[in-house]
Amino acid sequence: MTDTLTPVLSADWGTDRAWTLKAYKQAGGYSALETALKMAPDDVIAMVKDSGLRGRGGAGFPTGMKWSFIPQDNPKPKYLVVNADESEPGTCKDIPLMMATPHTLIEGVIIAAHAIRAKTAFIYVRGEVLHVVRRLRAAAREAKEAGYLGTDILGSGIDVELIIHAGAGAYICGEETALLDSLEGRRGQPRLRPPFPAVEGLYASPTVVNNVESIASVPSIVKNGIDWFGSMGTEKSKGYTLYSLSGHVARPGQYEAPLGITLRELLDLGGGMRPGSELKFWTPGGSSTPILTAEHLDIPLDYEGVGAAGSMLGTKALQVFDQTTSVVRCVLRWTEFYKHESCGKCTPCREGTWWLVQTLQRLDEGQGKDGDIELLLDLCENILGRSFCALGDGATSPITSAIQHFRSEFESGLHTPSRELFPPAASTLFAPQTVGGK
Amino acid sequence: MMGQERSLSPSTIGELKEIAARYPEARSGLLPMLHLIQSVEGNVTNEGIEICAEILGISAAEVSGVATFYTMYKRRPMGEHHVGVCTNTLCAVMGGDLIFERLKGHLDVGNDETTEDGKVTLEHIECNAACDFAPVMMVNWEFFDNQTPDSAVELVDKLRAGETVQATRGATITSWREAERVLAGFEDGLVDEGPAAAGPSLAGLEIAAERGWTAPSVDEAKVSTGSTGGADATADTKTGAAEQADTSRAESETKLEESPADTAKEGEDD
Ligand SMILES: Cc1cc2nc3c(=O)[nH]c(=O)nc-3n(C[C@H](O)[C@H](O)[C@H](O)COP(=O)(O)O)c2cc1C
Ligand code: SF4
Ligand code: FES
Repeated sequence: MTDTLTPVLSADWGTDRAWTLKAYKQAGGYSALETALKMAPDDVIAMVKDSGLRGRGGAGFPTGMKWSFIPQDNPKPKYLVVNADESEPGTCKDIPLMMATPHTLIEGVIIAAHAIRAKTAFIYVRGEVLHVVRRLRAAAREAKEAGYLGTDILGSGIDVELIIHAGAGAYICGEETALLDSLEGRRGQPRLRPPFPAVEGLYASPTVVNNVESIASVPSIVKNGIDWFGSMGTEKSKGYTLYSLSGHVARPGQYEAPLGITLRELLDLGGGMRPGSELKFWTPGGSSTPILTAEHLDIPLDYEGVGAAGSMLGTKALQVFDQTTSVVRCVLRWTEFYKHESCGKCTPCREGTWWLVQTLQRLDEGQGKDGDIELLLDLCENILGRSFCALGDGATSPITSAIQHFRSEFESGLHTPSRELFPPAASTLFAPQTVGGK
Repeated sequence: MMGQERSLSPSTIGELKEIAARYPEARSGLLPMLHLIQSVEGNVTNEGIEICAEILGISAAEVSGVATFYTMYKRRPMGEHHVGVCTNTLCAVMGGDLIFERLKGHLDVGNDETTEDGKVTLEHIECNAACDFAPVMMVNWEFFDNQTPDSAVELVDKLRAGETVQATRGATITSWREAERVLAGFEDGLVDEGPAAAGPSLAGLEIAAERGWTAPSVDEAKVSTGSTGGADATADTKTGAAEQADTSRAESETKLEESPADTAKEGEDD
């Protein structure tokens, strides 16, 4: 039996000056790199494939398989791009990881670059996190000075350059093809697929795009082996992962556990909901994943378990809301976000999110019209599956799921403003009844 | 155009070229170059746009099209400090909306406006990946965690009075322009300030320590693998993987099919 919590990535976050090369090496850092550099690139790919590691950026695609798609007979340079754009509402795992232990990510980058035979790698980090950018740059500099980056790494004959690239504020740039356009110095708009990035990615060359947590998990697999990794997690969702708990809970934060833990177990660890709170609804993996309710407290939080409950594991961003919260207000705010972040490239998403906001605003104000709920569902139907990228699909998730679980609250929007039904002050961190609940 | 009434110094132009030279293809440097323009000029100016265009050999219209796409680029002069209040759903509910209202009143500004003394530009921002610290504020893109309306007022008053302010998880506050310089790729020596992690980031780790929980050792794992070890259950074909990947996101990124969406002409780049 594995323990309930299994800190691997977060194990050293409490260490003094954990972000430095010295602290990382004291904790055994860069030993996996030494092992990997002695392995043939295809053996590293096979190892990651056999480990069962699946992408932690939201889609759960097998990481090793993605690496194996890079056509090695293509004469163009190969690129590795780490997606550190972390902007999906609720998602807050990659940023603390890069702040505390950036070398874990950099070690993973070098191993991954070796595996896919990339000589240049990028970390595309969202621009709005200054201190994380500092920590990444300093770590890359230290790693280079120590011979872990640059030419002839540790005498292996392998060269890897790493470029830390700060974005400039656009959620859509987390979508992998928009990210590549942005990294080429363009507006971040999704590309038509095929061709896929593995064939024509950055500069029309073979490119792997992976999430921070996916890449940061690689050193532990190389170091401890696939049996170790597979001893955690469930049959099809292997290993450990970071769950991010936020909202009306007694102890919000990062919880690293084997895949398949339940929300009930996670809540129990931290003392449940905040005092006086009852769980009303939650997102399993960010705002683009359909909301769930107290009925779903016991579903295993792995790819299959959450899928079977009608939602998605996504980024494992568990945003938890209690009975003081208006679901209409929340859904409106998320939809305003999608409207603001829609890149404008395709009509269903650009126009659809505009209409969704208009309709939801009416309902939030208690001025909804007869048929508004049907209108919302209709609009969602026209966006879902007809949008050019997954942002459009994601925009419909909170709406359709909220109507499914809380239809009567939307009906109240025909006559009563949400702020009367759910006075916003009661939901806050500093609401009087929760003093001491922090 | 070159050479007339330039306010950008030769050293800035040198740094812009240095940024472009970091990349396999120079145009990739455009985003950091615009960050540098902001740090020198206080916003993205026409002159800055023209110089970036010249260095990269593209049109000013192309650079301008990029600058307007990203929310961190400002066309109006900014205050000394950028104060962001997260009003995405989780933070809004936890108090971000009330904080933002209070600050608008206290500073007598609207969204994306600067105080009369030029000290603070207030803006509501989207989820900044710190939801476990909600409600969250950012000053020059440094974290200010678990804020209240009162703490927010105190914070902006200190900034306006020029007092020293330290981020909750980050460094001593400098200025928005100095922050933009770091984003452009120039280190400022403040990396060792602030903690590795704090508060909620350590919640799971602390609970695990209290209860003596750890990830298994390699030997323990050998004993217990029989049932779950190896990746036999993980799909080993592309379609299998896409079907197993549980989201429509995975599908749209993996399956070989064209999107039925029509592509709006005006949305196209370049
Ligand atoms: C609108 C949108 C935003 C996204 N944002 C992110 C992000 O911030 N970080 C991330 O890793 N993946 C994000 N993704 C998913 C990426 O497109 C891609 O699947 C992922 O980076 C692949 O990495 P993985 O296989 O390691 O999970 C986003 C997708 C969409 C549609
Ligand atoms: S779905 Fe939205 S974000 Fe995606 S391409 Fe279309 S308009 Fe852009
Ligand atoms: S919602 Fe505010 S930081 Fe995530």
